[in-house]
Amino acid sequence: MSTIEDRAPAAKTTLNDDIGEDKRLAMYRTQVVIREAEQRAYDLFLQNLVKGTSHLSLGQEAVAAGFAVAMQPDDLSFCTYRGHAHTLARGVPVTKVLGELMQRDIGLMRGKGGSMHLTSVDHGVMGSYAIIGAHLPIACGAAWRAQYKGQKDVSICFFGDGTTNIGAFHEALNFAAVWKLPVVFVCENNLYMEYTPIGDVTAVPHPAADRAASYGLPRIIVDGNDADEVYRAARSAYDKARAGDGPSLIECMTYRYSGHSRADPAKYRPEGELEKWKERDPIKIYRERLKQFGIGEDAILRIDSEVKREVDEATEECKAAPPPALDILTTDVYADGGFAWRN
Amino acid sequence: MAELTYRDAVIRGIAQEMSRDPDVVFIGEDIGKAGGVFKATVGLYDQFGPLRVRDTPISEQAILGAAMGAAMTGLKPIAEIMFSDFFAVCFDYIANEFPKSRYMSNGQVKCPLVVRTGNGGGARFGAQHSQSVENWCMMIPGLKVVAPSSPTDVIGLLAAAVRDPDPVIFLEHKSLYATKGEVRDGEIVDTLGTAKIVRPGKDATILALALMVPRAVAAAEKLKSEHGIDCEVIDVRSLVPLDTQTILGSVARTHRLFTVEENPRLCGWGAELVSIAADEAFYDLDGPPVRITTPHIPLPAADILEDLALPSVDRIAERVQRSLNS
Repeated sequence: MSTIEDRAPAAKTTLNDDIGEDKRLAMYRTQVVIREAEQRAYDLFLQNLVKGTSHLSLGQEAVAAGFAVAMQPDDLSFCTYRGHAHTLARGVPVTKVLGELMQRDIGLMRGKGGSMHLTSVDHGVMGSYAIIGAHLPIACGAAWRAQYKGQKDVSICFFGDGTTNIGAFHEALNFAAVWKLPVVFVCENNLYMEYTPIGDVTAVPHPAADRAASYGLPRIIVDGNDADEVYRAARSAYDKARAGDGPSLIECMTYRYSGHSRADPAKYRPEGELEKWKERDPIKIYRERLKQFGIGEDAILRIDSEVKREVDEATEECKAAPPPALDILTTDVYADGGFAWRN
Repeated sequence: MAELTYRDAVIRGIAQEMSRDPDVVFIGEDIGKAGGVFKATVGLYDQFGPLRVRDTPISEQAILGAAMGAAMTGLKPIAEIMFSDFFAVCFDYIANEFPKSRYMSNGQVKCPLVVRTGNGGGARFGAQHSQSVENWCMMIPGLKVVAPSSPTDVIGLLAAAVRDPDPVIFLEHKSLYATKGEVRDGEIVDTLGTAKIVRPGKDATILALALMVPRAVAAAEKLKSEHGIDCEVIDVRSLVPLDTQTILGSVARTHRLFTVEENPRLCGWGAELVSIAADEAFYDLDGPPVRITTPHIPLPAADILEDLALPSVDRIAERVQRSLNS
């Protein structure tokens, strides 16, 4: 098995101001929102206020922030069950996300979907899919619609390293390449599928990037803990898609701080691995980046405290909110709003 | 009026809907330039062009996933899965994705698409290209399931399926493609969720679907001429939504109920209908409902074995006659 040093590209230190202060502040704020909301979700789970399962993106914030801030409002996100981060990154209010996790009537789907299925069509979040690989072909279909109708939006599909070994991944990559679809496939390689290291069960060292050549696509590996690097890769892939030049497959190297899901204490990780990655914490890296570009400590602290207040207020609002109305049990099975299957 | 094969009715039905609405697009394996393995899509590629009639790789998950993504975002796709047996390799979309996205998203996500597929036996293709999978689909909340038995119904129900806002599984029967029927000119649009009395009668109600409809009608004629038994045959046509009113209304008149199902016996659609009748029409019945089905076996390839397995005209007639005289 290769070491972390092999896997994580070294941070780039060149001062390239191609991104600009507004985008950088947006990426910083997005990462802090995700960090605070995910940490809160974990705390609320310990208080039994978040039920069912949940899959956190602590440590992976830069991937969600970089891709989302580079998007246009019409672009579409397709997420996995580890989708809180990507949903928040599109601007969905924390209350809506925590409300869904806490099974409240004010939740994004009023408690009908739960943690693994966050969806907000108004924000371009076209669903969070809990069957590994399912949404890659679905993202192809949304991209096909854009191509067919001459619309300029891009479909962006996020998934984990484990997805690269399921059939739908390969079907979708080939399909998108042959039809030259405006879709961007983003593999968040956090080194573990669920409990097993991805390297133990995959024929190539980079589970996504090393497969790209099979579909005529370039091999792209990005430091997923550096939001600037993620943003640049995203922008270039979106430009390619909008120009009609087809799909991209991007592998982002990152690391999840918590276990696979709430049931997993992640005891399978070698000693010191987590600490080593925390030295390259995406938010820590980004605070330094902002300072390099002349953004003052006070501006950073202001964002931190604003976000903290937003998450605190959302938590209180959700705690006070009622559970779902019982009459929604049978609504929206069919397009007529109900569940009637017979006369 | 014109005489049309069931196969040509598929072509006419798709063409009718694609001519009407530019958002209707059609994808699948070998459907375009090749005209379909059952020749049920011949000419559509030439008529509508490669952007609307699009050949895909042999990637059933990609076909159904792409149809769903397109449907969610504004198109009205028709996707072909060549043989319904192949649903098993893309069942995630049929069972988990199409039918649950609207519910899970609290109504935010729509999925207006049609999956056409060649269903059923009689072609000597063996166990993996002959199955009747209507019961695989019927059990899933959120899907609609349709299976036409005549050329006119193919056009009308296909049009209704394409115009429906929900995901519809459209089961064409492989052994009916060559059959013919009179079809009127002009646009034909039918209604999902409506059964059709195809042969009125007073002594017993026989429910049938797809290939079993002509067999049930032939059995009814045989019963009439040989035994003077007058059966009402109902083409169920649409399993979801299900027209229980037409069915229970018939049972109230005939007082006997038979189902003729091509699917293997366990959990066939007839079991659900018998259960409904037991619940709601028990006191209308003069005898136990009888299900005539394929046995609980994979289908064999050899003709004499396959013919033995599927309900035949003789078996239907014999079973009805025996039951009414017992």
